Amino acid sequence: MAKAQTAAAKKLEVSDEIAISITNMNKWYGAFHVLKEIDLTVNRGERIVICGPSGSGKSTLIRCINALEEHQQGSITVDGTLLSSDIKNIDKIRSEVGMVFQHFNLFPHLTILENCTLAPIWVRKIPKKEAEDTAMHFLEKVKIPEQADKYPGQLSGGQQQRVAIARSLCMRPRIMLFDEPTSALDPEMIKEVLDTMISLAEEGMTMLCVTHEMGFARQVANRVIFMDAGQIVEQNEPEAFFNNPQSDRTKLFLSQILGH
Amino acid sequence: MAAKKSSVAFVRKEPLPAMPPPARDRGAAKWIRENLLSNISNSVLTVLSIIAIYYLCAFVLPWIWNGVWTTSSLAECREVLQGVTGGCFSVLTERWNQLIFGFAYPSEFYWRPALAFVLLFFAAAPVLFFDLPRKLLIFTGLYPFLAFWLIWGGPIGYPLIGLLGCAVGYFVHSVLVARNFALGLIVGFAAAIATWSLGSNLVGALAPEQPLLGAVESRKMGGFMLNMILGTVAVSLALPIGIALALGRQSRLPIVKWVCVVFIEFIRGVPLITLLFVANVVLAYFFPPEANIDILIRVIIMLTIFSAAYIAEVIRGGLAALPRGQYEAADSLGLDYAQAMQMIVLPQALKISIPGIVNVAVGLFKDTTLVSIISMFDLVGMIRGPILASTEWNGVYWELLGFAAVLFFIVCYGISQYSQWLERRLATDHR
Repeated sequence: MAKAQTAAAKKLEVSDEIAISITNMNKWYGAFHVLKEIDLTVNRGERIVICGPSGSGKSTLIRCINALEEHQQGSITVDGTLLSSDIKNIDKIRSEVGMVFQHFNLFPHLTILENCTLAPIWVRKIPKKEAEDTAMHFLEKVKIPEQADKYPGQLSGGQQQRVAIARSLCMRPRIMLFDEPTSALDPEMIKEVLDTMISLAEEGMTMLCVTHEMGFARQVANRVIFMDAGQIVEQNEPEAFFNNPQSDRTKLFLSQILGH
Repeated sequence: MAAKKSSVAFVRKEPLPAMPPPARDRGAAKWIRENLLSNISNSVLTVLSIIAIYYLCAFVLPWIWNGVWTTSSLAECREVLQGVTGGCFSVLTERWNQLIFGFAYPSEFYWRPALAFVLLFFAAAPVLFFDLPRKLLIFTGLYPFLAFWLIWGGPIGYPLIGLLGCAVGYFVHSVLVARNFALGLIVGFAAAIATWSLGSNLVGALAPEQPLLGAVESRKMGGFMLNMILGTVAVSLALPIGIALALGRQSRLPIVKWVCVVFIEFIRGVPLITLLFVANVVLAYFFPPEANIDILIRVIIMLTIFSAAYIAEVIRGGLAALPRGQYEAADSLGLDYAQAMQMIVLPQALKISIPGIVNVAVGLFKDTTLVSIISMFDLVGMIRGPILASTEWNGVYWELLGFAAVLFFIVCYGISQYSQWLERRLATDHR
């Protein structure tokens, strides 16, 4: 079964169209050089898993893509829009790029349904009824339509993360960023979130995912990137990456996370 | 007997009927034992408390019960009482109008502020209880102008121009805000001010000799009415200004940030009484000599900025308590600054700030009595001045100040109860 799914995922098409292109990007926190000379091109339909030790800059990298963090050098182009300090460009990119956070960041004062319809109504200017239909569609997709009228505080962690995914999808993004989506979850809930992400990948969503779920990486990713000390150290197809890592740093990292 | 036949096997034939708990474990007996007489020190405290309550009641109840309500002076009241303990509440009935409206407000117009007071409840209801139909907010929007017209009277043109100015400002703002937030704000304000100054000149020229409602000067406002006017206006202006200051203090624009910081720190560092003296005496120097700014407006400005500075700091606490993830989630969904603040950040930050805001509001309402020291005759000013100084009522402290205390308590306790209801109503975290 898993084999078959893997095969299906592998067959997913990656188009030649460029979704994200990052060239020569550098970022500093004060005097600390967090991201060094990042060059990365993501084609539409790619599923990229970014891994690495903590503090390696992997979260910072994907947070730069939707301008939650500012980069100081180099360029980031998302869907043909160059990320600059122009607030119009930033808002345009943010409405095209969905983001899922480690700690869900649902809005606790709004119901699940309101969480999902807020941005479509106010940013996309979609009529309320239509936004609600869309929201229910995606809540069904993440398998929790019955929770629509509850508040986030009443849901389990896994359910909250699935709502967070649905909330992002309601904006009909063309790219999804995942920032350690399962790290704050109990082991039993990790699977339900990963299943949601897998089905998203199968529909051809362009995904960048910071995660330590190596099973997910093998099954879904078409490319795995290993980062350390603010640099991209190694990237490869998952089979080659896991079975035949090239750099010593990667080998050490893999032996540590796969070792037990 | 059949000792050897002992067995662990057991079958219940009949279910036991439910029985009430023993008498000492239910109802009042249980409550008294657990709460009043649970141990020796507790019992001693209970007895002492009962004695204290007894003496308090033994003094206060006859004082209220034997109270005299109909005499026209203190001497007359003492005569009626003939040495018996009793309050001379007749000062309240005899000076009722002065206590409520002050001594200078024309008595034939008393119905106007009274009507404004009743309408205040209708205007406040849709704001306070947001489950009510949203259409009622239209009346809330009109109320300030209606209340102004009722209380001050004069040509109806002035409140209409006030309303028109707000409408023009809002319209200009909403046209421009899509292009640039700051531009919309500034030009909107400018448009409103232009409308007001043009309109008031026009109204001044066109005003009829005899307006529908006779005009009353601000100096003639007094009594509890003055406290209510100052309190309501200052609180309802201080909240939005405080929110703006709190957001401004967080701003990334250095000028905005430092203006807000300096303003807040300065106002918080100055006693309110000083500000009121400034309003009374010094403020006139800052305005052009021909601009004769009404004393009431000057006092309202001071009360408003004073409490706005405090509210700003309270809200800053609420903003700081909000996890960074909330801002990031709003950003990542593409909400712009105004939308993120309006729909994500402020609803949560204000909810956290409710107890602090209510603290400031209650404090402000009580501080309105400070205007008595700049010779405005609010409730306390009326009591200390015209009433206690009169020959009829010289020396009736308890009744008058007790009455003032009761009035203020009713309002402040009401605010406090409302805020607690609001906190319960807004609780969605289900912790």
